[in-house]
Amino acid sequence: MKEYDIIVIGCGPAGSGAAKTAAERGLNVLVVEKRAEIGAPKRCGEGLSRSSLKRMGIEFDRKWVRREIIGASVYAPNGKMLRVDYKEGPEGWVIERKVFDKYLAEKAAEAGAKILAKTEATEVKRTENGITVVLESQGSKWKAKSPLIIAADGVESKIARALGLNTTLSLTDVASSVQFEMTAIDIDPDRIELYFGNEVAPSGYAWIFPKGEKTANVGIGVRKPWAKKSALLYLQDFIQSKPGLKKGSILEVNSGGVPVGGLLENMVADNLIVVGDAAHQVNPIHGGGISEGFIGGKLAAEIASQAFEERDFSSAFLEKYNKLWWEERGKALLKLLKLREVVERLSDEELNWLAEYLKGEDLIDLARSKGLKRLAKILMKKPKLIKLAKKLL
Amino acid sequence: MIEVDRKKCLRCGGCVSVCPATALTLTEHGITVNDNCNNCGICVNFCPVEALKRGEK
Repeated sequence: MKEYDIIVIGCGPAGSGAAKTAAERGLNVLVVEKRAEIGAPKRCGEGLSRSSLKRMGIEFDRKWVRREIIGASVYAPNGKMLRVDYKEGPEGWVIERKVFDKYLAEKAAEAGAKILAKTEATEVKRTENGITVVLESQGSKWKAKSPLIIAADGVESKIARALGLNTTLSLTDVASSVQFEMTAIDIDPDRIELYFGNEVAPSGYAWIFPKGEKTANVGIGVRKPWAKKSALLYLQDFIQSKPGLKKGSILEVNSGGVPVGGLLENMVADNLIVVGDAAHQVNPIHGGGISEGFIGGKLAAEIASQAFEERDFSSAFLEKYNKLWWEERGKALLKLLKLREVVERLSDEELNWLAEYLKGEDLIDLARSKGLKRLAKILMKKPKLIKLAKKLL
Repeated sequence: MIEVDRKKCLRCGGCVSVCPATALTLTEHGITVNDNCNNCGICVNFCPVEALKRGEK
């Protein structure tokens, strides 16, 4: 049986973040990815902000960029647009996930990790001194063993559950999402567009993320029970309502569940750390998880490296990960979750009313969980919203 | 038991994440349903593309 220091299951950004960092710390790492191609099919709008890339500590490379983004147009239910302009140069990019994810995997491999695509962990079993993983690829089957598993297996989170850590999402914490990559459409190719409203996208939003002059990811995420029909029907209605989209062609269809809530107090068990979508490490405001996953993986590898120094892989030791992640990311994400829980309880009339008081710059602040007091103050102008506004303070 | 319409399913695996019975698995060939399924319908409610439905029993 092959033995490794760490077996990472899943080679998305979270798996690569864990593998790269662990390999840099001198650990012997195997990464298995069940899909035949890393990064595809995507379950993602492919937006990446400059600040997120910086937090990941990854170098910019033009090869994964489809379009530079200089701002956003945010639409209230009545169609009023708030224009967000970033003053410090391009705010981010719409990327090509299958190029980007492979780029991250290359970095992990350069650091010394061994990566195997089209290799699935079909069984995991805890033994006295670690975890045995049954791996299957192209009809062959073998076993590998390590004292520590990092589960980066996506929103399905099968590995955590198989090892006794319940990561099942509540229906209200996962955005049901559909996206078409469209072309031959009329768009603002330099700005992302976001549409809010209980008719357009209940407890979610619709987006247009440009990938070219005439090409964009056009998608929608909604949450039940507030959504009264499927995400696909909401998306089709959204496209029908926009002549510039309606006439377009569809290049790709994606769907997915985005864990926009349900942050986990505990992401470890004996011999196990869970990271990325599998651990619900996603920005609850916009549903972005590329940088959160990568950082979640990186932090897991740091704790893993300490675990190897102490030769202690018990949940009691690995709990250091919970503390570190909550300090580094969890607190900030929880604040954003609270903000969202307030905003999404507003009716369309209230959202339209609120949009009159906000400027583009306020939205930048709010997305960085700043200016919550100012928002509370505005909401308090309406007696009906005072109780809700207090949740922001 | 839950039934999967393979013509509609995009194999995104989102339904797996909300299944309280660990009855769903995302495989190369799509979603499979095992005997743990109690036909509760949470996955049906989640599915973005209406590929799931509750079975007769």
